Amino acid sequence: MQEVILLKIVFYLLAVAIAVFSVLAVTTKRILRAATYLLFVLFATAGLYFFLNYSFLGAVQLMVYAGGVIILYVFSILLTNTDKEPPTKFFTLRRMLAFLATVGGICLFSFLLLTNNWQGAGALPEVAEVDMKTIGHTLMGTGKGQYLLPFELVSVLLLACMIGGLVIARKRG
Amino acid sequence: MFDFSVATAWIDQGLRNVMSPAWAITVECVLIGVALLAVYAIMALILILAERKVCAAFQCRLGPNRVGPWGSIQTVADMIKILTKEIISIRHVDNFLYNLAPFIVILGSLLAFACIPFAKGLQALDFNVGIFFMIAASSMGIVGILLAGWSSNNKFSLIGAMRSGAQMISYELSIGLSILTMVVLSGTMQISEIVERQDQLWFLFKGHVPALVAFVIYLIAGTAETNRGPFDLPEAESELTAGYHTEYSGMHFGFYYVAEFVNMFIVASIATTLFLGGWMPLHIPGLDEFNRVMDLIPSVIWFFGKSALMVFVIMWFKWTFPRLRIDQLLTLEWKYLLPLNLLNLLVMVVIVVTGWHF
Repeated sequence: MQEVILLKIVFYLLAVAIAVFSVLAVTTKRILRAATYLLFVLFATAGLYFFLNYSFLGAVQLMVYAGGVIILYVFSILLTNTDKEPPTKFFTLRRMLAFLATVGGICLFSFLLLTNNWQGAGALPEVAEVDMKTIGHTLMGTGKGQYLLPFELVSVLLLACMIGGLVIARKRG
Repeated sequence: MFDFSVATAWIDQGLRNVMSPAWAITVECVLIGVALLAVYAIMALILILAERKVCAAFQCRLGPNRVGPWGSIQTVADMIKILTKEIISIRHVDNFLYNLAPFIVILGSLLAFACIPFAKGLQALDFNVGIFFMIAASSMGIVGILLAGWSSNNKFSLIGAMRSGAQMISYELSIGLSILTMVVLSGTMQISEIVERQDQLWFLFKGHVPALVAFVIYLIAGTAETNRGPFDLPEAESELTAGYHTEYSGMHFGFYYVAEFVNMFIVASIATTLFLGGWMPLHIPGLDEFNRVMDLIPSVIWFFGKSALMVFVIMWFKWTFPRLRIDQLLTLEWKYLLPLNLLNLLVMVVIVVTGWHF
């Protein structure tokens, strides 16, 4: 019984951290602080993955988001930031569109949450963790339920992005 | 050879006898955390003293020699001094980020530190993607450095942080690829398994040429990753005052200082674990008597001995080579180390597939 309470405490800590820092990330005025709050959200998400025993996914979350994406964000903020946005009108077209998107998102998620059949919810997470070899074979296999083609497609997409970046950044002449 | 998991299992059993399993786990987590922090701090003290002694030896000096025998408790006195120093608060800085940055650096470094296998059965974090988690955790420190440079509201700090960020992101590729080369050879990412699989022969000898190339690349990239000389241009005193930690004072500066030294130890201990067998004694196939004698030496001594050797090599770099320029630094990584590393990975895969290793 006490283990369940312990797990619940850990889960609620992570959940509260995600919720609070997500709100802070969008309400703060300073853009670098927003990036830092986003970093905390990603940490807590990685914590959830570790909590569910998906250690590979947790490590990837730390590596790709905390170690890669956030650093790129911070770097681009450092290179471009002025922190002096001119005051804008309250009702602009952009804000109206953002408001509509928010309402749509809330509707969608509450629909999913309320209509979902929560069977087995509250049970303890599975203890067995997914083997690294299984993940590798699934990612690299050509059989049914394996993902070689999407994997290669994504890598071609990334390569195209890299070449595009180089072409934009190179010196002409 | 003494297995420390006997001792940890005994503590676990003792705790479970007096309290419920949930409380036992909580108490164990707290105990491990305190123990790790203590080892972390003590390690930093020893390394700072070692650095000063090694530096003195290279410059034909004596180094600290007043406090204690051979100056051996000099760094303890320094620690007490830095703990009593005032943390100066600076105007026009982003206070939240400014105060947060040292803790992010420490956090990343401590998470990586927790993965190190200090001896047989003496490892805090060990799961099936251990070495990958370690790289991921140590990449967190870059965020702290970038935040420190930006929030200090100081051009020198900012330039230092940008240099440091560019350098660490670049050299992380080399570290990752050379570790990947060794993961190919070992066939597992679990750190304890990597050490276990070197019980016949250390990977540096088992994988001969590609392992040696990976070892050299790893040492270069690891030195760069910890911002140490000859790659210490993020904090080049002559150009940037002190780089990203120019504005920090008291123990906040102390955190960066401690993290830098322990990161050096972490790099050295990963090199030990991946290439030199971790806590595994030197075993040579065929010489059974020799192997049995080697087994008599405790695993802790093997691990710390090899790590100390690697730390000495990294310090040797610092006091021997002149500092690189930023363009030389990036050229070295992107034009030489990275292609060589990719080629090396390919060679290692071919060798493992065809079974040409020992």
